[in-house]
Amino acid sequence: MAKQPTPARRNRPAGRRHPLATVALILVGLLGTGGTYALFTSSASAETAAAAEAQIDEGSKLFAANCATCHGLDLQGSTQGPSLIGVGEASVDFQVGTGRMPLAATGPQGEQKPVQFTEEQTAALAAYVASLAPGPAIPDAEYLTGKGDVAEGAELFRINCAMCHNVAGAGGALTEGKFAPALSGVEAVHVYEAMVTGPQNMPVFNDDNITPEEKANIISYLAYLDETPSVGGFGLGNLGPVSEGLFIWIFGLGAIVGITIWLTAKSN
Amino acid sequence: MANDHDETPNSNAGTTVEKYGEHNMPSPGTAVITSDEIENPGFEPFRPRVADLDPKKERAQERRVSGLFILSIIGTVFAIVAYIIFPIVPGDMGSVRNNNLFLGIGIALALLSLGIGAVHWSKSLMEGHDLVEQRHGTRGTDATRAKAVEVFELGNKESGFGRRALIRNTLIGALVVSPLPAVVLFRDLAPAEDPVELLKHTMWAKGVRLTRDPSGTPIRASDVTLGSAFHVIPEGLDESSHPLEEKAKASVLLMRLKPEDLTVSEGKEDWNYEGIVAYSKICTHVGCPVALYEQQTHHLLCPCHQSQFDIKREAEVIFGPAKRPLPQLPITVDDEGYLIARSDFTEPVGPSFWERKL
Repeated sequence: MAKQPTPARRNRPAGRRHPLATVALILVGLLGTGGTYALFTSSASAETAAAAEAQIDEGSKLFAANCATCHGLDLQGSTQGPSLIGVGEASVDFQVGTGRMPLAATGPQGEQKPVQFTEEQTAALAAYVASLAPGPAIPDAEYLTGKGDVAEGAELFRINCAMCHNVAGAGGALTEGKFAPALSGVEAVHVYEAMVTGPQNMPVFNDDNITPEEKANIISYLAYLDETPSVGGFGLGNLGPVSEGLFIWIFGLGAIVGITIWLTAKSN
Repeated sequence: MANDHDETPNSNAGTTVEKYGEHNMPSPGTAVITSDEIENPGFEPFRPRVADLDPKKERAQERRVSGLFILSIIGTVFAIVAYIIFPIVPGDMGSVRNNNLFLGIGIALALLSLGIGAVHWSKSLMEGHDLVEQRHGTRGTDATRAKAVEVFELGNKESGFGRRALIRNTLIGALVVSPLPAVVLFRDLAPAEDPVELLKHTMWAKGVRLTRDPSGTPIRASDVTLGSAFHVIPEGLDESSHPLEEKAKASVLLMRLKPEDLTVSEGKEDWNYEGIVAYSKICTHVGCPVALYEQQTHHLLCPCHQSQFDIKREAEVIFGPAKRPLPQLPITVDDEGYLIARSDFTEPVGPSFWERKL
């Protein structure tokens, strides 16, 4: 191009580019790619939005059929059940995922029982409840691995949890027929959700009280308890002095009484 | 000792055998006088054991006893072998369990079979007649008693204990005084400060921040959401000279209720902060940590003796042996939004003590 004679260039007005051509070209290119991108992404988000919509619809139907009698059609609650406004996905996943809800019967507390809904249905219910008011979400998988600091988890467990759930997670009695359930074999996600939401009479341990990392450590401690056999021999349910005392009263004293009778009985 | 089986044994303890005492003396008259003393039933008639009657059974019993002793030997050998087979591997708690378990089983088998064998031997094969051994009289003979007095007198004469009053009295004095250092030593184990004052005060004071147990990070009022329960220690607990003793008095449970749920008595209106209340965790019964908080009933349960406190009504006792409500810690927030104490507890925390005026 540089070798072309200058007059020839001047004599070809048709081939001559307008000074703004480059700018126009860039503009067209930008608009083209940007427009295409916007078109594609909007269709993609429209797809997910549609899927979420369908899930919430499904959840809404399930809720109306299974939950609304007690919790109200608009989650407002009734004399039979508390309002679910703002309880979040975590609460629904815990209550429905452990079988506590729907309640089998009114009583001192809703107890764990076989799960009534599939995972998809539980997720749909959770999505529906969360769509009406914000609340705690289902925890990230990174906190549920059970590979955290067991020692720190144990200390936090002793301070915050052990008074009700027992230092070995064996559970314990509360007032008027209520009880803190045993924690062995409970899924990590449900442990986390229980801490965040405070189901039934359990207090709430929000992330400002016990951080997600600390919750992960507590979960690690519980996993450690599940995996590690009791090195002291029979655990006797780890229920403490009452069960252990009863055991020694019945079997220890029974053996002593038996031996005494045998010692003093005459041989035939 | 003679075989007393066929004779009527005498019920009187003593060395002399009293055949005819006051009660069994035949009456000189003709009237029939019945004794109201309970008659000694004597021994049951001797019942021969199978081993006494049948030589075959006797040999069987013999084998049984020696079998138990052989079992004991096996137990001992098992214990030694188990100790070698299941060594304690440092760091492996499971190996400690196996080691202890099998060693214990071996030793228990050895000792139990030994004991059971010995008892079985004596019961089934040794002489089986009942007999009575009379107890010796407690009073010595006059000669023995006179000899004892003589020994004492001789001792007194030779040592001069009675005669040398100065030595005797100084000896008694020295013995009396010698335990005194123990009094000084043990008295010094008591706290240097007045324990009554120590029981009446905790680390809480005006402006002390409420911090999380165990991290010691301060708590904002906004962190305490409805239904939350925080386990709280005073700021700077770890830096205090006796952290555990201070913690035993200053532990606090922080809860948030709806402000309209709280019944607040006169003079305590500003002790809670927008429904956030702080109560001592030390039970007023015998001092167990009360922290079983039910967020729907707002009841606090003490796990030791089932005392229940109603947080809605200023931790009033609603069940159990506790007599006083849990002391409330007056709280507010500082200008950074952190929860702080308004003052120390206004009454001593924990169980009653003699000097407590309440």
